Amino acid sequence: MSNAIEVRGLRKSYRSGKSVLDAVRGIDLEVRRGEIFALLGPNGAGKTSTIEILEGYRSRDGGELRVLGEDPATTNLPIWRNRVGIVLQSTKDGADLSVAEILTHFAQYYSNPRNVDEVIASVGLEEKRNARGEHLSGGQRRRLDVALGIIGNPELLFLDEPTTGFDPEARRSFWELIRTLRSEGTTILMSTHYLDEAEALADRVAVMNNGVIIDCAPPERLGGRDRERVNVRWREDGALHQELTDTPTELLRKLAARITGEIPELSISRPSLEEIYLQMIGGGE
Amino acid sequence: MSKQPGVLAIGLARGVLEIKQFMRQRESVVFTLLFPILLLLIFGAVFKDEIAPDVTFSQYFVAGMIASGLVNTGFQQLAITIPMERDDGTLKRLRGTPAPTASYFIGKIILVFVSMIVQVALLLAFGVALYGINLPSTPERWLTFIWVMLLGIASSTILGIAFSVVPKSGRGASAVVSPIVIILQFFSGVFFVFTQLPTWMQNFAALFPLKWLTQGMRSVFLPDSFATQEVAQSWEHGKTAIILTAWLVAGFFIALKTFRWERS
Repeated sequence: MSNAIEVRGLRKSYRSGKSVLDAVRGIDLEVRRGEIFALLGPNGAGKTSTIEILEGYRSRDGGELRVLGEDPATTNLPIWRNRVGIVLQSTKDGADLSVAEILTHFAQYYSNPRNVDEVIASVGLEEKRNARGEHLSGGQRRRLDVALGIIGNPELLFLDEPTTGFDPEARRSFWELIRTLRSEGTTILMSTHYLDEAEALADRVAVMNNGVIIDCAPPERLGGRDRERVNVRWREDGALHQELTDTPTELLRKLAARITGEIPELSISRPSLEEIYLQMIGGGE
Repeated sequence: MSKQPGVLAIGLARGVLEIKQFMRQRESVVFTLLFPILLLLIFGAVFKDEIAPDVTFSQYFVAGMIASGLVNTGFQQLAITIPMERDDGTLKRLRGTPAPTASYFIGKIILVFVSMIVQVALLLAFGVALYGINLPSTPERWLTFIWVMLLGIASSTILGIAFSVVPKSGRGASAVVSPIVIILQFFSGVFFVFTQLPTWMQNFAALFPLKWLTQGMRSVFLPDSFATQEVAQSWEHGKTAIILTAWLVAGFFIALKTFRWERS
């Protein structure tokens, strides 16, 4: 089956007066059906521009685009949007309506909506079923946004910074929800600021900076992370030692032969995704 | 897979939702529905004089308030709530769903129409009960009432949609829109007898729809003898229809060209 999203040479510029800002400068991107794909990058990297072009909100200045086999700029939008779910950055609409009322209403827009009660249960808002939008906490509000994104039973779900402002527990249960959606076959394209979130959820990650994609890989291989040297630390003769090595196993064998019993304070670590990421966007300046 | 719901079905669902939201916003209920009644009671208590044989100021005022009701429920309501919905993300979210854009406007039209019916009915009930307003006595007068009301609410609605790009934010919308409506009410002879206003004020008001709506409503609710008291010594129905239609058409094209779904 073809990819859910295919992008070739996408470009977008914004003009204000005489100055031109090249927000997206020729990116290629593929999102496979059924995967969770995360777009990372600092503010102003071009993530939101890219996603909003893919969502059909914005026009583009160049490049080829296929989202679920259609070009959002020319397709029949209502028919195409019937297959797509969009979770925008923070919203506060529907303050006077209850969770169940909003979802029941939006379900009427789609040809094959999910069951409202099942959606409410899947985002964990059963107890807030009859609470109005204005009485939801930030995290509950975000769950309602996601519920609205999936009420139409989409093949493809866009999530723009879905867990900003969540407490750690809420984030964990939100991750479970996203994994469940993937296991049901939904393709998910998300942007996030949280590297642990990308690492926990994404099958593949693209890092964007200054309008270009500087790497695209599974999180464990991003930026050559799997080939980076390993940092081994231990205590020997009262002093702390540290060595960066391509052959940690060999080093360990030597240490084990040299030191009797447990090697004191031994730690072996590969660079974290965060370290790799900061290196990458630092190098992109 | 079943068929996608149509423009009208979704528009109807939006209309129901709009009314539900309207009823739950205390400010909108009070401001749109009760405030005109309050004004009616206050002005009725203050001005008791006859302004012409068999015409009290209260009767004159009720006709003006019914005309104002068309401006309140259409223009004022939409020019304030659409910027608010642009700010809180309602419009952007809708654009991301399969709901056709026309359905959003159908929902708004349903809301405007229902709130107009309620407001006009309330004003009529109070007008008849307290100030001796006569309901239209002939089929011709009913016909005038209906066409002035429909043409008035149509242009008021379209102009509210067109004007919704002017307020910079939802929070400031009411501060931009309400003074315009209040000034037009003063200039158009809602609070005072129009012919007693300075000529420049009369000329200025004649450029805008409200003056013609008030005159049209007076032709429905005041005796025909009063027509001689008007500026042109007649009700000027033809001119009223032309000016309201011109605003309607202009508003339609401006709205089509300038409507914004997102904050710029």
